[in-house]
Amino acid sequence: MIIIQNLYKKFGKLTVLDRIDLKINNQGIITILGPNGSGKTTLIKCLLGMVILNSGSITFNEMNILGKWDYRKQISYMPQIAMFPQNLKVIELIKMIKNLREGAIRDSELISMFKLEEFLDKKLGNLSGGTIQKVNIVLTFMFDSPFIVLDEPTTGLDPVALIRLKELIIKEKNKGKTILISTHIMSFVEEISDGIVFLLDGNIYFEGTVAKIKEQTKQNNLENAIANILQETYD
Amino acid sequence: MIKILKYSIYDLMRGRWSYIYSVFHLILGYVLLFLNNDVSKAVITLLNIIIVLTPLIGTIFGVMYYYNSRDFTELLLAQPIKRTTIFLGQYFGASISLSLSLVIGLGIPFVVYGLFQSAAIFNFFSLLLIGALLTFIFVALAYNIALSFEDKIKGFGFAILVWLFFAIIYDGILLIVMVVFNDYPLDKFALGATMFNPIDLSRILILLKLDISALLGYTGAVFQKFFGTSLGMFAAIGLLSIWIIFPVLRIAYKSKRKDF
Repeated sequence: MIIIQNLYKKFGKLTVLDRIDLKINNQGIITILGPNGSGKTTLIKCLLGMVILNSGSITFNEMNILGKWDYRKQISYMPQIAMFPQNLKVIELIKMIKNLREGAIRDSELISMFKLEEFLDKKLGNLSGGTIQKVNIVLTFMFDSPFIVLDEPTTGLDPVALIRLKELIIKEKNKGKTILISTHIMSFVEEISDGIVFLLDGNIYFEGTVAKIKEQTKQNNLENAIANILQETYD
Repeated sequence: MIKILKYSIYDLMRGRWSYIYSVFHLILGYVLLFLNNDVSKAVITLLNIIIVLTPLIGTIFGVMYYYNSRDFTELLLAQPIKRTTIFLGQYFGASISLSLSLVIGLGIPFVVYGLFQSAAIFNFFSLLLIGALLTFIFVALAYNIALSFEDKIKGFGFAILVWLFFAIIYDGILLIVMVVFNDYPLDKFALGATMFNPIDLSRILILLKLDISALLGYTGAVFQKFFGTSLGMFAAIGLLSIWIIFPVLRIAYKSKRKDF
């Protein structure tokens, strides 16, 4: 369980997260939505300890994460734009991450799932964006962590890979894991998410289920519901 | 930390730059030996090159390595690894790999030329030791600068400026001060001022080892009296170590507070 209290973060003069309170129970798939620059990635990075808070606190399973690192053993994180060392081959990268972090169990299963066999001996610098994203998926899901954080996981994926990813996420959820996803693809959200956190200008604008946001905005599809909210703020 | 260090060294060894650096030293070594035709003389020439060039290459390489491996650093930061482990691992990886390039690149031509039969062997090894220390110092300074500047160009510019300051500007200022205050006894001041510049400190250390302190002119005697003793020698090595320890501590401090 994650409890975020009064989280405040600014970069220079720009306030990115403005005193956010959020509680994430172990409740399946939570999606973080919001326009560009609304603080989605920053929120995720705060959770992982990559961004240091200005004030407020985050507790992970009743432990304050400030300055800690071993709680990350329970989190798998997939970054938004994955850049890996250009000189390394795919297989070397996978081995290396396995070596740095024990507990990888199903890398070979994932490699065949995303048809990465033929790329294993290629250098990461020579791969296309979509293939790199697949490698990113393998690196994230090969660990059996109870908590998974995905930052725009669908970027650059082809339709087949997208379906596989969706299946993978749902399978993980059924194992009782908590999955936090940030994305812009509404159909994806509508299909898989159990809860939504909608961020706007560093505040939580809405928190609840897909059904609730539709009801609140009186729209019958999520895309329109979100657009409806954004429209109000554009004016 | 050993794992990170191992991967950093491995990563650098696979990159082109450490080879280019080794080959550069290899060619340098051969050319110097060819031109001087004598190991002892070549060591003296080498001194001037090492004292200026290793800091420059350490600076450029340190900054470049930090910015280049930034994405990878982010990948590591999301893993259950302590922050200081990641940054210190990378720092030591870069420094060790550069020092290795230096030792191997220069070592081969000198060994082939008959270093082991020469009296200059001890001087040559002190020179390599100093080169390695300077590499560690300037990579640490460069890492500090890169950690403080998000913008690559600014970081790079500032790092070069720091090198320029220690390699040239510092001596210039010192010279002006000495000329202006010509009428006062300056030996103690000169001695003190040297301590605050790792490049000067290394240069004097080597010059005294090579027993050519007469080159140092009128303060030479004071230096000889201080650094010539074993106490002075230890003091100098200690000071060089402090030049490594403080920047490294700051890397640890800074890395704990930085956003990625």
